[in-house]
Amino acid sequence: MIIVNNRDKLEWHEGMTVQDVLDAMRYHFSLITVTVNGELVLSEDYDEYEVPDNANVTAFHLAHGG
Amino acid sequence: MNKTEEIFSRNVPGTRDILLRKTVAIAGCGGLGSNAAAALVRAGIGKLIIADHDIVEVSNLNRQYFFMPDVGKKKTDALSAHLRAINPSVELEAHFIELTPGNVCELFKGADLLIEAFDKAESKAWLIESWCTHFPRKPIICASGLSGYGNTLTLTVRRSGNIVMCGDFETDMSMGLTSSRVAIAANMQANEAIEILMSR
Repeated sequence: MIIVNNRDKLEWHEGMTVQDVLDAMRYHFSLITVTVNGELVLSEDYDEYEVPDNANVTAFHLAHGG
Repeated sequence: MNKTEEIFSRNVPGTRDILLRKTVAIAGCGGLGSNAAAALVRAGIGKLIIADHDIVEVSNLNRQYFFMPDVGKKKTDALSAHLRAINPSVELEAHFIELTPGNVCELFKGADLLIEAFDKAESKAWLIESWCTHFPRKPIICASGLSGYGNTLTLTVRRSGNIVMCGDFETDMSMGLTSSRVAIAANMQANEAIEILMSR
């Protein structure tokens, strides 16, 4: 089991990637920042970075404005 | 007590002594950056490194820490003057430059933490990746979603590792921007920075 954004639980499976997590959560924001267990995952690695079981995954949606 | 220290005589005891020795970098001097900078100077920060490549425009005055006489000036120059008007002793390093993945880490390497104050989400994304790759132990305090008005309770702080993010994570600047809401987000960033700096 992994926790997403400190609130949602997602069933884990072997070889689960960051992109798999985003797809499962239906996070299709064009710009997003993802951390796994507090460590940033580069966007270019979303298809390859494997999320370990019991991980805390945080996905920040980036909105324009500042 | 000299004039400079009298500025901070009403600050939380002990904070000035610590913040005086700290350096904060701010990427962007617009709505977020200018307001966060002012808050940090008033809190007693020792040094700011600020960077922006824009000129002050009249339409900036609805939310950015600038005034009508600043129109046409470099934001870095105008902001520096305002910050020194608060505390003449604050150390400022101002860069009138477009920040890129190629220069940002060199410019900001002396900072204890970075405040992200860009307006484009694409820029926020590359800044986070560049900073966290080069300085994984130094915090970055970002903002996402500060547009519209009201809805104060939707503005919040989320943290993961050394990434802190303030905002509602949803509203887009195409909705329009209100001074109070932008300032809340900027001051949340400054407040988070102070909390981090006080804890280290």
